[in-house]
Amino acid sequence: MEEQAVSNLAFAWEILPFLLQGLQVTVLATVLGFALALVLGLLIAVARRSSVRLLSYPTAFVVEFLRSTPLLVQLYFLFYVLPNLGVSMSPLVTGVLGLGLHYAAYTSEVYRGGIDAVPRGQWEAAVALNLNSMQTFRFIILPQAIPPIIPALGNRLVSMFKDTPLLSAITVVELLQAAKLIGADTFLYLVPLTLVGILFLVLSLVAAWGVRLLETRMTLRRA
Amino acid sequence: MPPLIQMKKVNKKFGTLHVLRDLDLEIEAGQKVTIIGPSGSGKSTVLRILMTLEHPTTGSVLIDGEPLFGQDGEGHSIPLPTPELRRVRGRISMVFQHFNLFPHLTVLQNVTLGPIQVRGVATAAAEERGRELLDMVGLGGKTEAWPAQLSGGQKQRVGIARALAMEPDIMLFDEVTSALDPELVGEVLNVLRRLAHETDMTMLFVTHEMGFAREISDTIVFFDKGNVLEQAAPEALFTEPREERTRQFLEAVLSH
Repeated sequence: MEEQAVSNLAFAWEILPFLLQGLQVTVLATVLGFALALVLGLLIAVARRSSVRLLSYPTAFVVEFLRSTPLLVQLYFLFYVLPNLGVSMSPLVTGVLGLGLHYAAYTSEVYRGGIDAVPRGQWEAAVALNLNSMQTFRFIILPQAIPPIIPALGNRLVSMFKDTPLLSAITVVELLQAAKLIGADTFLYLVPLTLVGILFLVLSLVAAWGVRLLETRMTLRRA
Repeated sequence: MPPLIQMKKVNKKFGTLHVLRDLDLEIEAGQKVTIIGPSGSGKSTVLRILMTLEHPTTGSVLIDGEPLFGQDGEGHSIPLPTPELRRVRGRISMVFQHFNLFPHLTVLQNVTLGPIQVRGVATAAAEERGRELLDMVGLGGKTEAWPAQLSGGQKQRVGIARALAMEPDIMLFDEVTSALDPELVGEVLNVLRRLAHETDMTMLFVTHEMGFAREISDTIVFFDKGNVLEQAAPEALFTEPREERTRQFLEAVLSH
């Protein structure tokens, strides 16, 4: 038993560098995907509030579509259909796009909640000062809308992080795919998959802690 | 010279609630006008329409002869294109019953945001003017305070300074002391009194402070059921109201 344990540890140590390479890709996909989701989500949230129906209705439809279909389906769609339309991107870029779009639908709802929570009087004061829409959002609304929604956005980040293994379906060698490759090569699955689980756990906890820290700092600044 | 503010046949409905009925109101430049009347008579709605927070259902509003709202084919109000709207609206500023200060900005930042972003004033100049205005309303020492640290009366005085910083031709005061503790009302009225006496601005008040209204107004407008019932100089209206309803209202309001 002990020999097995020792040889497992030795194996774990041996495969760790390869797994960490996969983890790099996972983290990269998460960071880029989330950056996209943050920017796109805000644009979508603002577009949905627009009084210009040509803007708000199609946007609402796109959001519903993104939220109601599985991420895996969306990833396959982007990976297999886009090249037929003449758009050719690497699997990682496709994966980042897929993650960003899918999660933008969720972040836009989070933004919407934050923006709706800003009291009406703030919008009215902005009108009284003759601020235009962009100035109103930039100086008055968003600074009040965003701090309270940081925990919710942080949750989306952790969710996205845990969804990155789906990218393995479109040939991205992220952490899970790296483990599967080791398994396919050596027929030893226990150690690699356990390491994957541990790495995900550790990083999710670190991310959650980081979000809490950010939330505290933003609240302190305003008090 | 046409009157600075002209409201012609303005109707405002909120759903089935007909708040303003065929309202005609004219205010000359430099006048200090107070609108009084029972709750629900539409007084605040008039101010909110002038600040473009609401738009008339029908009717027109002209500021110095220029329309504040556009009209569609059927005579309904629609917003003007933004550049035009902002140009006309830029002459009007408002102080709110519930202050509406920006909680994430300091007192000085509240006052300088408008001038810097909208009027293109350089930061240093805006801050200097901001400090002047805050001094004038008695808050010179509070420039770096946060709104949450201020009393209601102080917040309202910041609100006044903030509106003044935009150098408006027309200032609207929507029940600006109604949300204040009674002992804080005086400090705000003092500031308003000085403004009324020392500036040429057109000032339009909606208030329940009858003594104040009587003292500083050129004209008192008595509003009832969505229209002007009576309009006269303060002494005339308060001592010899012509309409029965006006008399009833004044009796009720002035008796305590």
